[in-house]
Amino acid sequence: MSRFLVIGIVVAACLVLLVPLAGSQYLTTHVTRILVYAIFAVSLDLLVGFCGLVSLGHAAFFGIAAYATALLADKVGVTNVLISLPFSILCATGTALVIGLLTLRTAGIYFIMATLALAEMLYFLVHDNDFFGGSDGILVLSRFYLGSTSIDVSDPVIRYCVVVTVTVAVLVGLAFLVRSPFGRTLQGIKSNERRMRALGYNIARYKLACFVIGGALAGLAGHLYLLLTSLADPSILDWIHSAQVLMMVILGGLGTLVGPMVGAFVFVELIDQMSVLTEHWKLAVGIVVVVATLFGRGGIAGVAGRTRAWGVGAKRPIT
Amino acid sequence: MENVGSERVDLLSARSHAISYRAVAVMEISTFLIQVLNGIQFGMLLFLIASGLTLTFGVMGIINLAHGAFFMIGAYLVFQFTRHWGWPLPLAFSSAVAAVVVIGSVVERSVLAPLVGRDHLDQVLVTYGLILIFDELAVVFWGKDVQPAAIPSLLRGSLQFGDIFVYPVYRLALTVAGLLCALGLYLLVAKTRLGMIVRAGSYDRGMVSALGINVDPVFALVFGLGAALAALAGILAAPILSVSPGMGDKIIIIAFVVVVIGGIGSIKGAFVGALLVGLLDSFGKVLFPSVSSLLIYALMAFILVWRPSGLFGKAT
Amino acid sequence: MSLLETQSLTMYFGLLAAVNDVSLRIERDEIHAIIGPNGAGKTTFLNLLSGELHPTTGSLYFQGHDVTRWSPDRRARAGIGRSFQHSSVFEDLSVHENLRLAAQTQFPGSFGFFQSADRYDDVHERVAEIQSALSLTASENTRAGELSHGEQRQLEIGMLMAISPTLMLLDEPTSGMSRNETLDLINILRQLAAKHTVVLVEHDMDVVFELANRITVLVNGSVIASGAPDEIRADKAVRTAYLGH
Repeated sequence: MSRFLVIGIVVAACLVLLVPLAGSQYLTTHVTRILVYAIFAVSLDLLVGFCGLVSLGHAAFFGIAAYATALLADKVGVTNVLISLPFSILCATGTALVIGLLTLRTAGIYFIMATLALAEMLYFLVHDNDFFGGSDGILVLSRFYLGSTSIDVSDPVIRYCVVVTVTVAVLVGLAFLVRSPFGRTLQGIKSNERRMRALGYNIARYKLACFVIGGALAGLAGHLYLLLTSLADPSILDWIHSAQVLMMVILGGLGTLVGPMVGAFVFVELIDQMSVLTEHWKLAVGIVVVVATLFGRGGIAGVAGRTRAWGVGAKRPIT
Repeated sequence: MENVGSERVDLLSARSHAISYRAVAVMEISTFLIQVLNGIQFGMLLFLIASGLTLTFGVMGIINLAHGAFFMIGAYLVFQFTRHWGWPLPLAFSSAVAAVVVIGSVVERSVLAPLVGRDHLDQVLVTYGLILIFDELAVVFWGKDVQPAAIPSLLRGSLQFGDIFVYPVYRLALTVAGLLCALGLYLLVAKTRLGMIVRAGSYDRGMVSALGINVDPVFALVFGLGAALAALAGILAAPILSVSPGMGDKIIIIAFVVVVIGGIGSIKGAFVGALLVGLLDSFGKVLFPSVSSLLIYALMAFILVWRPSGLFGKAT
Repeated sequence: MSLLETQSLTMYFGLLAAVNDVSLRIERDEIHAIIGPNGAGKTTFLNLLSGELHPTTGSLYFQGHDVTRWSPDRRARAGIGRSFQHSSVFEDLSVHENLRLAAQTQFPGSFGFFQSADRYDDVHERVAEIQSALSLTASENTRAGELSHGEQRQLEIGMLMAISPTLMLLDEPTSGMSRNETLDLINILRQLAAKHTVVLVEHDMDVVFELANRITVLVNGSVIASGAPDEIRADKAVRTAYLGH
């Protein structure tokens, strides 16, 4: 890894750890939000950057998990994170399995459209039905707790610590996954699918596994999102939301683990700052996106000197 | 997604709630016929948008998420020309379409041409960025409010169909316009040299340029045609849908579903797909109102499972 | 029982029969060359054998099983390996990684989710063996896309060695290679043929007559002659097809 990037990561990590000490609830919540989107973006990068699956429906898994958590709290009265977390991830994973089985039959443009449309389906399911709160969504008024303890996960600082821990765990887990035979197989598929098939790999199975793992992680992000905002509304499921996360992945750098995090930071900041500057911030963001995609390649992480995925071409001395 | 179907849907759904859980056969003839007409009308609207989209995919290999922008701009321009500048309708109409073609050409040359052959990912992102830009420009020029558009006086009122039902003239006119365009497109693609190049390019782009045919002007023409059709759809739909900054986004997804169902690059597919989707939407709203929006996507999912390249698409 | 048998294998593209009623037997351990003028349908035939294409009519048997409708990966797992006319390697990955991905398939224990792939000793030994056999050890860490054309073709052969298929389908393996590279490849192929059955599509007649036990000649999708090299050399129809008289 390039030296600059390592220094950058260490500095960022220090800053992240110091945030709660600044005493500003706004800052703590803001950084929490960035981290949640970082997890969301990394989960999409697993599909797009490592396996070559461009999905415009990834927000579906994020949204399903958020709604599952909200419904558990609102309808069943469960505010125990130790129950809602696994439950919401399970919902997201199940959805990813079904959508994956349906969409992975297709390829190329059809795949992109299929993922988009199936996600839109879920959007309308949620938007048009009162059980899900209709177009207003579900607002959760109660606070969340860790198990049967009185640790209030809805407290900004505690919540922040939980999210930081989860983020680190996800990154470490993915770092291992990417270096593993499974991860390397995904990269082979992205590099040359025909060759992989000719070597005897059952591509469909790997793609499905990748899709489901990515969906599960998106679900994790969705659950954390609900803890953060207490509101699950239809817009978190729609394709526009998926496209925004895709943007984070591209801006930050495809095929790396750090890139999407950087992209999440940049994108969230970009929108926040722009919306303060001008009410027509969408125009500015749109221009940035068009220019960045047309002229930039590899995203920010690429510019920082990182053009290959982790674990690729690793040399190992044979003793 | 607002109901683009009959204005009588309130009356109908009150009755149809009683009907909807019984067999379709119990639906009254008048209701049935109205929904068929609504379905075809919506289908024609979708076809106008989807045909340009499928040609862009098929011939240029580009996913243009921003195609709905032409739909929106067409509607807004006619609104501007007639409401604010007082132009007569035919002039406003043709100027709006011409303007959209010009805008489309500029966009195509500057932003989309560099995308040919690049990753689908890049195309998705750039065209998504374009959506943001166009939508916000609409807000800049005309504000966020929904603008109502009036039905031209010539086409107001309803036609009486014997004793059975009445149907708005405007919607019939829209349907006829759509059918005429479909016919025109069919003749263009099946009977002209340009159409032959389009069909060949849709099948194998590389081969066409290897044969020495200069593809750039063909691309520009195809794109311009698609943009014009989308603008036309926007202009025609304005009185029914009203004009708002997000109107392109909502309908473009359905247009994409139509293209996928019909098969990328196939005009025939876009036509069949549009009719299927239009009818499903129309009947769905009356029979199963709580899941009607879902049905279109469910149809797409079903067709993709059965035919992964759409009904008439080239098998990849 | 022949290792591979085709029965009236036919492939139509629209109205054109690229492969027309080909019935052929490939026996175990032989080197069987398929030759013919350009456009004769040789690559299409190979695609039918490896599964990239399914025939319009006719059937294909491998080790007695009807594999006509099997997918390419299923056939690869059953023991049919192939190299492509235009080298199909992992261009963004290193030479080492290319071979590792191939070798990995042969060691069932190595499909983990957690341990680094670099820790599987047996896979790495195999990769090192192949690299030295093909003199690719020096370029171990080079991106495959940066290799010379000849080296890429060698890498493809290396991947085949790594998966050790019962039947190897080689599509013009020496195309674009220099004289020396071709001689090296002939040696490697001869060694491989001792343990594998090879079907070889080739244009280089020296290579063909050097290596082949049997030759089949395809013209316009149909077999016009099939037999031992000497028979083919003397065959009138073949001379006409190649030399025009």
